[in-house]
Formats: sequence, structure tokens, C-alpha cells
Amino acid sequence: MLKSLTPLLWFLFSAGGTVAALLFPIHFLVTGIAVPLGWLEAPSYQSVLDLAGHPLTRLYLFVLICLPLFHAAHRFRYTLYDGLKIKHLTLLIVTVCYGTALVGTMAAAYFLLSLL
Amino acid sequence: MSSQPHYTAYHPKWYRRPVSVWWWLERWPYTKFVLRELTSLPVGYFALLTLWQVRALVEGEAAYQRFLARLESPAFLMLNIICFGGIMFHALTWFHLTPKAMVVRISGKRLPDAFIIFLNYVGWIGLSAGIVLIWMRG
Amino acid sequence: MTDTITLAIARYRPEREAEPTLQEYEVPFRQDWAILDALNYIKDQLDGTLSFRWSCRMGVCGSCGMMVNGQPTLTCAAFLSSYLPGPIRVEALRFFPIVRDLVVDITDFMNKLKKVKPWIIREEEKPLSEGEYLQTPNELDRYKHHSMCINCLLCYAACPVVGLEPSFIGPAAIALAQRYNMDSRDQGAAERLSILSGDEGMWQCTFVGECTEVCPKGVDPAGAIQQYKLTGATHWLKSLLLPWASK
Repeated sequence: MLKSLTPLLWFLFSAGGTVAALLFPIHFLVTGIAVPLGWLEAPSYQSVLDLAGHPLTRLYLFVLICLPLFHAAHRFRYTLYDGLKIKHLTLLIVTVCYGTALVGTMAAAYFLLSLL
Repeated sequence: MSSQPHYTAYHPKWYRRPVSVWWWLERWPYTKFVLRELTSLPVGYFALLTLWQVRALVEGEAAYQRFLARLESPAFLMLNIICFGGIMFHALTWFHLTPKAMVVRISGKRLPDAFIIFLNYVGWIGLSAGIVLIWMRG
Repeated sequence: MTDTITLAIARYRPEREAEPTLQEYEVPFRQDWAILDALNYIKDQLDGTLSFRWSCRMGVCGSCGMMVNGQPTLTCAAFLSSYLPGPIRVEALRFFPIVRDLVVDITDFMNKLKKVKPWIIREEEKPLSEGEYLQTPNELDRYKHHSMCINCLLCYAACPVVGLEPSFIGPAAIALAQRYNMDSRDQGAAERLSILSGDEGMWQCTFVGECTEVCPKGVDPAGAIQQYKLTGATHWLKSLLLPWASK
């Protein structure tokens, strides 16, 4: 069953990789480094909430979280196969990798919808 | 008169070199490849960090401020700086690999790889600038 | 000025040893000699028992592929002068079973190649009276580099997936499948897709890219495979969303 899903997983991998490549660097730089180090002023909670309330922002955040999660799951799965030669544990690996991505997706949907 | 000669098929003893689990350390291109693939970990980490940020946002101002404060701790800063390096490595290798996977043809002629890479960089910088602007405007 | 250079060659004689051993030979250093010339010197003058394959000695037949200092190389195209001061380690092509010394068995590859149907497939052959199939230079351009494959198998020796997953069809076979898929005269793309989207096909590839790096003819199998992934995945999506549209 998983074999027939391979093209879909590859699409998610490609889309996620593109999102991660184009958008993660700047987001990470701002959130993870610039703001904590004080190079940039963190906007107030209210203004972030207002921005997040916009449906387009929520869609953007959903895409920003979910596609890279599937990208990472897919890539890490193959890294485990090739890097540790544990392809025989494929059922466990697939469950853990894509399972995490799925759980993350559902959690993202839940939180983003609750911003209504 | 003489009985039919009986031949035993001789199969030579082939040697198969074993592939060690450390195959990726044997040549630098392989090591570079595995490092590239391991960028999936910082990518996954940042996706989950963003998810965590959204959750903090939903839970209220106090939770959000606690989240921001957590990011200022030295442990998180160290982790984030290292993972940022990983994400940059992902982005750069991704841009350089895209033209191999997606061939763009204009009136029959294939666009040169270098041009596609250039377009990737332009898009990247443009989007990054746009996001910073939106972020700063609140 | 060096007079000689040492070659450390992996010998394997199944009748008397269980695994390959390195044997060193000192050959004269000539500025214009390739490794193949050194191997032939060894066979002619030093050790007639050394076994290896070669033919055209000019990089078009694909026979003389071996591992030189751990890198898959055509020995007729690698010059002794590039490896000074030596010693130069010469071993049989990686990821293939070694028959003897530097000779490997490639039957597995030949079977995989046949599976992808590397020939023009037509629904209906044009009768001779209608003349040739016409093709524009742009149409030729799309697949020409993939047609340059000489089946030297350096790409298989470079691909870690070939080493880790024996059933993987491999770079050259997929590149050749693409050579025909992208040929405007061919109508067999659907047939090849079913083989290549299976377990042994293109989805095994993780785009290491070494196959393209070592290819002596510029075939770019890595590019062929990634493009085929896109085609295959798009085809799957179309058949899912528009089942009536797929023939």
C-alpha cells in the first residue's frame, strides 16, 4: 500500500524542501537568532495575534509547518535506510517518520483553527 | 564406442566485496551527501519549533512570553545557531540541485542551470525581504 | 625526474584465495601512458597472469572501467602523470562480483537493462514507403546526452544505492530508459513507467549525484532520474485526479 503512495510522498518531500529552502532561513534567523539576541525588536503579542488571525497567515503557517515536516520525515527515512542499513526495520521507520509528520500536521491544524 | 563425455558446469567462485555500514565515510562526496540528508533534522526541528510557537500564541500572552524567553537561553541559542547552519546548507544545496530535477525549456532550448540557480536565489532573497517587512510592520 | 611508478593491484585468484590481495608492480613512468598502458606493460613484461578487460583504449567502448585510488575511472583515460608520485591503487569495479583480478561480472546489469526496454517502441510501425521519422534539432537535444552512454558501469560503481540495494535498476538503465522516453519517435513511455515506478525503479534513488560526477560521457543519469521522478509522480497524480483522462 505504501508503494503506491511513493509519488505522493515524493511530491510532499519536494514541496516541503522548497518551502524549507526558501522560507526557513529567514524565519529561523529572525525567531531563533535575531530576536533572542536583541538584533530585532520582537513585535507585541497583540500585533502577532492580529497578524495570525488573518486566514491567509494561518494558511501560510500551516504550509510552513506541515510540508517541511513531511519533507524531513521522507528524507530521514531514507537516511536511516542508507546510513544505518536498517531497511529491514522499514515498518517501524515508516511509522515513526510519517507518524510524527502526521501528528504535527494535525496539531498545527488544531492550533491554527483555534485562533479563529 | 566411447561413452558420452559428461561435463560438470564450473561456476567460478565470485568475490563480493562487503559494503560496510560506514560506506559514507569512504569518500568525501558520500560524506557530503549524508550531511546534506541529515539537514532533514534541523528542518524538522524548526517546523516543530514553529508549531510550538503557534501553540504558545494560542495559549495566551503569558505562554507566548515564556516561549520567547526560552529561546533566549544559551542552550537554545547554541542549538539554534547550529541548526540554522544546517538549514542554510539545505537551502543552498536545494537551489543547486533544482535545475537538475526540473528542466525548463523556452521555445525548445533548455535554460542553463546557472540561470535557474540565479532565479532561485532571487526568489529566496525577495521572499525573505518580504517576510521581514511584514514582520516589522506588525 | 621519476623513472618508475608503483601500481598496487588487487589480485583475486579464486582457485587459491578467498579474497582479493594487493600486489605491487613497478612500471616505467612515461608521460603519455595511461593506466591501461601500465596494465598492459605488466601483463606483457612482468606478470602474464593479470586479468583485465579493455578494448578500444580511447574511451568509447566502456570495457576498461576500474577503481583507481577508490574512484571509478576508465583506465584508458586516466594518465599515470595525474597520480604522481603514486603508488596507484587499482581494483575491480565496485559493487559488482569479482570473477578474477580486475574482471567483474555484469550479467546483473544486462538483465536490468533489458527490463527497461531500451529500444524505440511504436504502437504501429511506419511503413517504409512513408519514409524516415523526422526529428528537429530541438527534439534531438532533449535526449542526445543520454544517448551517449557506453555502458561502462562507472555510475554503478559510484552509486551507494546500487551497493546497498541489489535490486535497484541503477543509473545507466534509467538514463537509457529516459533516452527513449524523451525521443520524439518513441511511444513506449507508459510501458517503461510501470517497470520504473516499481520497487526496483527510480524511487530507490536518493539523488546522491555521484553517477553524474563519474560519467565519462556526460550522460547525466542523476538528472535523468530526477526528471523521471517528476514525470512519474505527475502521471500518478493525473491518473488519481483525472482517471478518465489516462489511456
